[in-house]
Amino acid sequence: MNDNILISVKKLKKYYNGDKIKALHDVSVDIHKGEVVVIIGPSGSGKSTLLRSLNLLEMPTDGTISFGGEIITKKNANLNLHRQKMGMVFQHFNLFPHMTVLRNMTLSPIKLLKKPPQKAEEQARELLTRVGLADRADAYPAQLSGGQKQRIAIVRALCMDPEVMLFDEPTSALDPEMVGEVLEVMRELAESGMTMAIVTHEMGFAREVATRVIFMDGGQILEEGTPADIFDNPQCERLKSFLSKVL
Amino acid sequence: MNNWLYTILAQAAVPAEEASLSFFQKIGQWFLLQWQDFCDVFYLNFIRDNKWKWLVEGLGNTLVITFFAVLLGIAIGIVVAAVRSTYDKNGESIKRQGGIQWFLLRFFNGVCNLYLTLFRGTPIVVQLLIMYFVVFASSSNDTVIAILAFGINSGAYVAEIFRGGILSIDNGQFEAGRALGFNYVQTMAYIITPQMFKTVLPTLCNEFIVLLKETSVAGYVGIMDLTKAGDLIRGRTFSALMPLLAVAMIYLILVIVLTKLVGLLERRLRKSER
Ligand SMILES: Nc1ncnc2c1ncn2[C@@H]1O[C@H](COP(=O)(O)OP(=O)(O)OP(=O)(O)O)[C@@H](O)[C@H]1O
Ligand SMILES: [Mg+2]
Repeated sequence: MNDNILISVKKLKKYYNGDKIKALHDVSVDIHKGEVVVIIGPSGSGKSTLLRSLNLLEMPTDGTISFGGEIITKKNANLNLHRQKMGMVFQHFNLFPHMTVLRNMTLSPIKLLKKPPQKAEEQARELLTRVGLADRADAYPAQLSGGQKQRIAIVRALCMDPEVMLFDEPTSALDPEMVGEVLEVMRELAESGMTMAIVTHEMGFAREVATRVIFMDGGQILEEGTPADIFDNPQCERLKSFLSKVL
Repeated sequence: MNNWLYTILAQAAVPAEEASLSFFQKIGQWFLLQWQDFCDVFYLNFIRDNKWKWLVEGLGNTLVITFFAVLLGIAIGIVVAAVRSTYDKNGESIKRQGGIQWFLLRFFNGVCNLYLTLFRGTPIVVQLLIMYFVVFASSSNDTVIAILAFGINSGAYVAEIFRGGILSIDNGQFEAGRALGFNYVQTMAYIITPQMFKTVLPTLCNEFIVLLKETSVAGYVGIMDLTKAGDLIRGRTFSALMPLLAVAMIYLILVIVLTKLVGLLERRLRKSER
């Protein structure tokens, strides 16, 4: 099991304003290859901070993160190289508005992986077909609906052939009728064996797709287990009260 | 009568007896006299000794100084904005790496801040005078000195326009770039600056329209720009109204045309964003 670990977080701390705000306090967690880890918890519990620490968009105050066996929190670690292998999907999509869909998707493979433009475009079109947006290749982000934008954001990340995909509330900014189409893409991705870490408020989706659910509160992991453990047999009080509010 | 315009008009006017002139004819004659007057003054100020050529030469100098000062201002603005934005946005990670890079970044950021404070905090005329009589006291190329003075001054404002533009881009764009694996410079080059240029272009153009008008103080160091040309004519002919009005009109036309162009540009940019 151990050599199967993709990301290993040890005693991670993230403090703001000196040590007044403890967004993360001694968080340790391992993510194995092929796992779909869903992180749940109340607002301000540190879910985003944990997820954003994984690709070091947030620099931890203390603790270590290793990725593929390498400690990436080291001073001289090549962050940009590690990030290329970690796809990230944001709540607000963050597509590049001055580029077409196709350009959004091919920019990083061409510039960073040095893929021949033709190859990159082929791969992008293939992915677009997979998410049902083949006809929008030449559109600009402003011409797309929220659900379409998020699906593009997912395949943009996939164009880098990442080893893990990080999602921070990917459906929270969407109109309700568009949530389904995005979750569907994520479900397919999970079935294809992609390692995923997902922060979400979609409990139904978590129960269905997660291999493991992590409950956070106050910057700490209070409970973790299979969806059945967490949703049907919660142990700690705070998880029970959280679930009673969201289910 | 050496006034060619008057000659033309005199032929058109009908000679008639003073007493039998109708009211309208009197008005017509009054206008004719005014016109003759105008023509005389016009001739005096612009035609005699080819003084209109002074205006043309002055306008040329104004345009040359403005054009090269704009180029210099953009170049300085890009460098200063790059240093300051790097310090704002990427300083933390460079600080973490420490060493000579962090020292250099802090040093250059300090230099840029000093530059902005000095050149935005003092009048352009004073800067021009210092440049002319102190810094380049031994040089004799007035136009180059003026270009340097106006360009360095404009650079301070352009730098802040660029920096404001960078700050106005949603941080999510920056994060998306970094998350894909682009380094700081690549993220800036491919993702942030193209969007920044689009948002600041109208402001930038307006800054250059202001610069065009600001070069009118070049006469302080004896440069024959458009304003100075008008003033020289005034000094020669002792008639102030016409040469100064002409100068004002030329500036106004330039500004109106440029403003129109900026408006067109702005509309096209907005359309491409949809
Ligand atoms: N840049 C920051 N400066 C100061 N405090 C911060 C900063 N970012 C996050 N925090 C604090 O850290 C804590 C954890 O924030 P985080 O965004 O990780 O919560 P979250 O679980 O993602 O919440 P939500 O469900 O609302 O997104 C919060 O108390 C938040 O106020
Ligand atoms: Mg969050």
